[in-house]
Formats: sequence, structure tokens, C-alpha cells
Amino acid sequence: MTYLAKVTVTYKESILDPKGEAINDALHRLGYGNVQSVEMGKYFELKVTGNGQPIEAQVDEMCDRLLANVNMETYQIKIVEVED
Amino acid sequence: MKFAVPAFPGSNCDYDMVNALRDILNVPADLVSAQATNLEGYDAVVLPGGFSYGDYLRSGAIARFSPVMAAVKDFAATGKPVLGICNGFQILTEAGLLPGTLQANRSAQFICQTSELIIRNPSTMFTTAYGNQTKISLPIAHGEGNYYCDAHTLAELRTHHQIVFEYVDNPNGSVANIAGIMNRQGNVLGMMPHPERAVETILGSTAGLGIFQSLLSHQREGVHA
Repeated sequence: MTYLAKVTVTYKESILDPKGEAINDALHRLGYGNVQSVEMGKYFELKVTGNGQPIEAQVDEMCDRLLANVNMETYQIKIVEVED
Repeated sequence: MKFAVPAFPGSNCDYDMVNALRDILNVPADLVSAQATNLEGYDAVVLPGGFSYGDYLRSGAIARFSPVMAAVKDFAATGKPVLGICNGFQILTEAGLLPGTLQANRSAQFICQTSELIIRNPSTMFTTAYGNQTKISLPIAHGEGNYYCDAHTLAELRTHHQIVFEYVDNPNGSVANIAGIMNRQGNVLGMMPHPERAVETILGSTAGLGIFQSLLSHQREGVHA
């Protein structure tokens, strides 16, 4: 079985996001004055082969160890089964 | 006293560091591969600045899993000095050898300038050579030097005198104006400013020499003790 793990990493609320702010400002300059805020995150797609261990727990560990810095980031995982 | 300078793919201050140690301070220093698995025979490790592994994912996030970092962790555990400069500081936080994180500068700009620093803790193995001097100016050059930690960690840093350098005029938004911190044991220092770029009059400053001179005298005293 092959899985596709879709991981979104975003800053925690208390963390400053200067890139998001710069994009927000640029959107305002383009005339989209109704944009209230922009948060820039990261998106990963991991194609993972099932190995009998819970896939969710494995991806969770990958996020804690590498994909996110839990000091300042938080993450969401969605897992779907795909064709081999 | 022999220094190891691990060079990661994308390091760019590694040769400056080795030059400062070998040619200016006249101490042996080796560039060490990121693939190295032991640091036997070395008395100090300096993680240089640059953009290790292209700063992909986050600064220092990939470098922390390179083989040499496992050796650096063991080395640090023996109490010998480990200094991380700029990207080296970022790697040390990602590796968990120092608390907190370096995030993007508040201005979202890369800042390259000379910054005045307060020596907040003058009695570390990295700062004794500065004597009664309370301020030094060193070059900074970074896009992600904005030190962040939570309130609890900051209180801990203060209680244990782990804040070594503070900016006089905070350039990047760092919590508590932090420019450099050490671990509680006092043998691992991370700092965003570049002492290795201030070691010769012709470079405009020799204010960085004190860091290395402090380590050299710490080593001499250790041998005679």
C-alpha cells in the first residue's frame, strides 16, 4: 500500500511572519485592500510505502524531527491512499 | 590547542575561520568534512557561517543531521568549547544544543553592517580576554538572525547568565536584544555576529580576536590546573 501524506507547516500565532507581511503589503498595492492578513507556510507531499506501522505516527515523528521546528511552527497532516 | 572547523556544503565562512585561527592566532586548525564521524584530537569546534545545504527547509535544519553533528554533540557533552557563528548558531539551535530559534529578521531584509554589542557575561570561557571592556563592535550579516524563545526559556537564560552578547541597537527584532547565548554548562556559545571577520586591522577591526584569545587562555589554565 502506498500513501500520500500532505503536510502543511505554519507559524504559531505568536510568531512574526515578515514574508507574509510583505506579501500582504504587495496585495494591498495591487488594489486588494480587503485582504486582512497573509500567512506564508510550507506544504510537503510525502509518498510513503506502508510498512505495517501506523503511517500517521510515522509522519508525525518526521514533522517533529525535521519538517517543522516545533519551537515556532505547527503542522497539519492529511493522509490519503494512492495507487502503487 | 587544536581547532576543528566543520565545513558543510554551502558554508562560506569556513576558510575565513581557519585563516583567523591559523594565520592570525597561530593555532592549528583543520577544516573537517560534514561527513566526519569523530572529532578526536581536537580541543575546540567552531561551526562557521554560511548557508549550509542552501538553508533549505530552515537554516541549519538539514545540517543538524549531518554525521559530524553527532560527533559535535558528543564533543560538547565532554565540556570542551563549541562555538557556532551565524549559520553555526542556527545549526546549534536546530540540533538542540542551544535553546530557541533564529527566525527571519523583523524587517524581512538581509542585514550586513557593524553592530555594537554589550558583553553581558564577561566571565565565560569565550569572553574573559575582553577584561573590563563592556562593549565591542562586530560585523553582522544575516537574513535570519532574529532570536526567538518563549518567556520561560528567556527567564532561564537570564537566571543562568546564558545571555553573552546583546545588541546595543537591536537590528533584527531579537527577543531581549539577544546576539549570542550559551548553554547552561557554559561551553557551547552561539552568536550571530562574525568575530572571524574582525581579526586584522586591515579588515577594519580586531575586536573579534578576544573570543579566540579567551579560549586559548582557558585551555592554558586548564592544562596547568
